[in-house]
Amino acid sequence: MKLRTLKRHFREGFKNSWRNSWMTIASIGAVTTTLILVATFLVLLLNINHIADSLENDVEIKVLVDLTATEEEREAIGEELESMSIIETVVFSSREQELENLKSSLGEDGDVFGIFDDQENPLDDAYIVKLTDPQQTVPVAEEIATIPKVSEVNYGEDFVQDLFNFNNYARNIGLVLIIALVFTAIFLISNTIKITIFARRKEIEIMKLVGATNWFIRWPFFVEGLLLGILGSVIPIAALVTGYYYLDQNIETVNQFDFITLLPFSPFVWQVSGLILLIGAVIGIWGSVMSVRKFLKV
Amino acid sequence: MIKMQNVKKTYPNGVQALNGIDLQIDPGEFVYLVGQSGAGKSTFTKLIFREETATSGEIYVSGKDLTKMKRRDVPYLRREIGVVYQDFKLLPKMTIYENVAFALEVVEETPRNMRKRVMEVLDQVGLKNKARFIPDELSGGEQQRVAIARAIANYPKLLIADEPTGNLDPDTSWEIMKILEEINASGTTIIMATHSKEIVNTIKRRVIAIEDGLIVRDQHRGDYGYEA
Repeated sequence: MKLRTLKRHFREGFKNSWRNSWMTIASIGAVTTTLILVATFLVLLLNINHIADSLENDVEIKVLVDLTATEEEREAIGEELESMSIIETVVFSSREQELENLKSSLGEDGDVFGIFDDQENPLDDAYIVKLTDPQQTVPVAEEIATIPKVSEVNYGEDFVQDLFNFNNYARNIGLVLIIALVFTAIFLISNTIKITIFARRKEIEIMKLVGATNWFIRWPFFVEGLLLGILGSVIPIAALVTGYYYLDQNIETVNQFDFITLLPFSPFVWQVSGLILLIGAVIGIWGSVMSVRKFLKV
Repeated sequence: MIKMQNVKKTYPNGVQALNGIDLQIDPGEFVYLVGQSGAGKSTFTKLIFREETATSGEIYVSGKDLTKMKRRDVPYLRREIGVVYQDFKLLPKMTIYENVAFALEVVEETPRNMRKRVMEVLDQVGLKNKARFIPDELSGGEQQRVAIARAIANYPKLLIADEPTGNLDPDTSWEIMKILEEINASGTTIIMATHSKEIVNTIKRRVIAIEDGLIVRDQHRGDYGYEA
């Protein structure tokens, strides 16, 4: 395609959007509404994901070694754990260390454990295990429990399972909702543009008669769709940037938990803005080009 | 120019429009297509223009096999064929100039050549001084002349006219015929479907009569042959 023809397509695309300005506003409204919802979902989902990820990475499995185990048996457990491919790190923690950890984690109250000397230490030797895929925690823990001389496997079962379940549900429901929203918007736009095409039907028919290729006819609609998509994403992006900035500035004053941290404003907001612009452009172009399809079959 | 062998066309609704057409039209010919409404004239012209595809048989237009032609090659076939319709098919919001330039824009002609060619063809149909008008400001005959100018702008080898004088009074019809004859004299093949007994019987050319989807008569310098 020649540059001049490309210019012509852009001119036609802009002219058509201007000529049917009410339809253009209606289409932009549809894109704007959709993108505001999509942006809200994205921010929510990505942050939940972020929180869940950071919690997930904190999940460890503590493997307690039976008191009756000999030194060889204890080392065998360690080797067995090392040999499992899903396990990322294995750290040995002796019963003395465990006692120290317990004492220090309780602060001043930990002194009550001072009464135990090495002989009376009620704790077991332990291996602290981290997985490459924390989602596999439950089955791996069950597998570890079958190793001989392992007395107990701890990983905060219920909490971990609930967290993973919630995270997966949120991810899936969010994705389904976003996809449904995007298709609704495409449908709305293609219907709105179809009304304007009806008036241009004769023009398209004549273009076909004088030998226009399908892409020659489609291009102005492509441009028009792109324009609708970009204009439709202006308000959602502005709302996203200001909204997230406000949230980011104020979250600390209400946040009671250290482990809940939001994704940092930059580059997160710019990445989501880019994605919103892209989704807007795709919705607009797809809706617009789809609506000409029927009229090209001459 | 055009060659058809045993061409049949049945529409999806079961109507048999053509039942086995054999014919050859040579470059530079002027052919009248006559026959009652519904006899298959329009289907015949649509097949040449590839608005419809044949159910069976072979069609060649300027050396191209239309039965094997891909969809994306159709626009290039149409650039070699000009079409004129009974209802002109002009765009009402565009000026006469723009209406004609439309056909050249589509083939990505340079602006300089476009201006030159548009004025050339408007001059040829005698409407050079009305380039800035819109179609509604012109008479029916003038509008048809604009449609002819648009059809020949791309230097087509073949011009299909589907009842070009159907909406016009006799005097205006003769003007249109004069222009078509000039175009034919310059070497363009013309196929004209018509119901006008006077035209066919006065300007004697090859006549192909179609009835019930078959060619019933093919005569050089023939008559209209039907009671008008």
